[in-house]
Amino acid sequence: MSCCTAGSSCAPAPRKTEPRSMEGHTLELIIPGVHCAGCISRIEGAVSGLPGVESVRLNLSTRRLRVGLAAGATGDEVIPTVEGLGYDCRTFSAAEAGSAAQDRQGRELLFALAVAGFAAGNVMLLSVSVWSGAEGATRDLFHWISALIALPAILFAGRPFFRSAWRALKGRSLNMDVPISLAVLLAGGLSLDAAISGGEEAFFDAAVMLLFFLLVGRYLDHRVRARARDTVGQLLSLMASDVTLLVDGGQQRVPVETINAGDMIRVAAGERAPVDGLIVDGQGDLDRSIVTGESMPVTLGPGDQVEAGTLVLTQPLTLRATAVGQHTFLAQVVRLMEEAESGRARYLRLADRAARIYAPAVHLVALLTFIGWMLVTGGDWGQSLWIAVSVLIITCPCALGLAVPAVQVVASGVLFGKGILIKDGTALERLAEARRVVLDKTGTLTSGHPHIIECDLPPSAMALAQGLAAHSRHPLAQAMLTGQGATSAPAPVLTAVTEHPGQGMSGTSDGSVIRLGSRAFAGPGNGVTVPSGMELWLSIDGVPQGHAVLADTLRDGAVETIAALQADGFAPLLLSGDNPTAVADTAQAAGIADWHAEQRPEDKIAAIQALMAAGQKPLMVGDGINDGPALAAAHVSMAPASASDLGRAAADIVFLSDRLDAVTEAMRTARRARALIVQNFGLALAYNLVAVPVAVLGGASPLVAAIAMSSSSLVVTLNALRLRLPGLSLRRRGGAPKVARTGQEVPA
Amino acid sequence: MNVLLYLVPVALLLGGLGLAAFVWALRSGQFDDPDGAAERILLDDD
Repeated sequence: MSCCTAGSSCAPAPRKTEPRSMEGHTLELIIPGVHCAGCISRIEGAVSGLPGVESVRLNLSTRRLRVGLAAGATGDEVIPTVEGLGYDCRTFSAAEAGSAAQDRQGRELLFALAVAGFAAGNVMLLSVSVWSGAEGATRDLFHWISALIALPAILFAGRPFFRSAWRALKGRSLNMDVPISLAVLLAGGLSLDAAISGGEEAFFDAAVMLLFFLLVGRYLDHRVRARARDTVGQLLSLMASDVTLLVDGGQQRVPVETINAGDMIRVAAGERAPVDGLIVDGQGDLDRSIVTGESMPVTLGPGDQVEAGTLVLTQPLTLRATAVGQHTFLAQVVRLMEEAESGRARYLRLADRAARIYAPAVHLVALLTFIGWMLVTGGDWGQSLWIAVSVLIITCPCALGLAVPAVQVVASGVLFGKGILIKDGTALERLAEARRVVLDKTGTLTSGHPHIIECDLPPSAMALAQGLAAHSRHPLAQAMLTGQGATSAPAPVLTAVTEHPGQGMSGTSDGSVIRLGSRAFAGPGNGVTVPSGMELWLSIDGVPQGHAVLADTLRDGAVETIAALQADGFAPLLLSGDNPTAVADTAQAAGIADWHAEQRPEDKIAAIQALMAAGQKPLMVGDGINDGPALAAAHVSMAPASASDLGRAAADIVFLSDRLDAVTEAMRTARRARALIVQNFGLALAYNLVAVPVAVLGGASPLVAAIAMSSSSLVVTLNALRLRLPGLSLRRRGGAPKVARTGQEVPA
Repeated sequence: MNVLLYLVPVALLLGGLGLAAFVWALRSGQFDDPDGAAERILLDDD
């Protein structure tokens, strides 16, 4: 970095790719529906015309839109603009999208792969000449040129393996990289010795080819690797930073840390409660989804308890703080989350488990070969070491190194095409092991938002209803604006619009009073209410005009998904924060026998931990903030893309489609992938059973090693590609243990 | 066999050029969006 004197202009060179000048920032959106050049030009064209947008780039491979914003620009119009073009889009945080640091690691691997590939190709060219009969000075020259190419390439491209092997040795353990590093370095060293002494055979080609194949596996593995989880930071961002404190009849904004229990605070409509408290004054509709997962507001008044993080929708409230800082409800959820993430036993990957057996076995075989040949040849250590190294090279797990990543890359590619994103490389393996499925209700089993399912309002009344509804954040009002029966007529002008918490809203149009709300507020008074679902009535000057029935419906494919899970023995379990009646209705509609209602976040995590303790390896599917701890604690977890940021961050797998089929789809693919991985291990083992005896007996010439390595890697890769073939069904063998199904609810 | 004195360096040079080109492409972000690059040639404006 150059130092610049005061006053001189030392602004960074304006580069289009780095919109980080001053306070400019980038916005990352994921747009699942993009697929062609038309999408690119439409989206980039529309977004680049927005004020404050400096750069736009749509990445078709990752389906992400990166928008560079000028300093001070909020980019509020970006999402509506993209949605206006007919695409679904959602923000993705940097942590979810994978950080730039990981990108650098990927590039380093790709760079090493390129160097190894270049070296392998050129050295092989020279080796083929040697094998086909080059002799004397020519052979020595070729060996020297090979050495000049191979040795720097080995030192450069082998670094990822050397680093990992060194870390393992320092930790007094063996991983797969130890025999790899040993084989590559020994082969390079011995071949150099052969070149110097004018020997007949050299292993330069085998060493660089081994690195090349292993780097292919390593790079593929990197692409499905874990993304950093940054859940806790996201939860904390829900906590307000400033609070309106009421002192002696006046108000002042103070930082939340200065609030003590007993202080009176005011929470405006649209704000989240910063601390736990009791309502002293005011009555309003509150979104308690952070506690219950339900988006439908509840009406609370003086004397009611409000948890930190609860969103105040309609009227400002005055609270008396009862718990602050580490004692609030939100802080407890954060703690549960942290415990769940740290307590989750580090999952040992299938490949690592194989390596634990394989790595010592390889060393042992090579060592025994060395001792055996020392005895046979009467102490010719040169020849003995040569054969021992050929054993190391032959057994080195080209096929084993590709067995898992090749399948995982194909599997995550197949799932990506179906709108299912794998966030963690081990997620597929863990998903294949799941024996029980736990679902959340609102937002997971159901769409999470009420829809109009029935409406007898005439168009003119509907227009009035929408005019009123546009003034409210209440989910029912929002549903009136978007649902079926929505008219395109211009909304009438309404004045004096007032929200009546728990009842509805009113306004004036052309001198008449318009009311939209409950049956008692705007309908024909008391009467039969709809058992499941909510009614919204509209009245003009007290005369009811008709009503709409709204309900939160099951996601598409929910019934089929649950039936398929039941049939496969996964005994789906429904855990909801909602009341027992609503949960029972949904459970019955979806066909779930086993359900628990009124589950708070700590109850959900307890249920998950009980299943984990019973060895049932649950898959948790949830969306809300209240599901966060359970998602983190479960063996494997999935969340819809419509989930809260926290839910998406805590889950291993995110599905973009609106259908619940994604769950069974992902499980099916995961099980097929696992079966193929096991097959690949079998193929690699079979190869070793043939190749190792040949090598131990000294029959592994460089030519044999080259053919064996490339053919086994090819076989494993081709086998992985079978995952793309349609109709290849691998049925579960054995089946999950039958679980006793209980139908009663747990007392809250 | 004297022809080898030319051919081997030529082969290495060509291979090295390929490697350098790949590294340059990688560094300038051309592998970030292979699908997008394939579609972008269909756009008229750029």
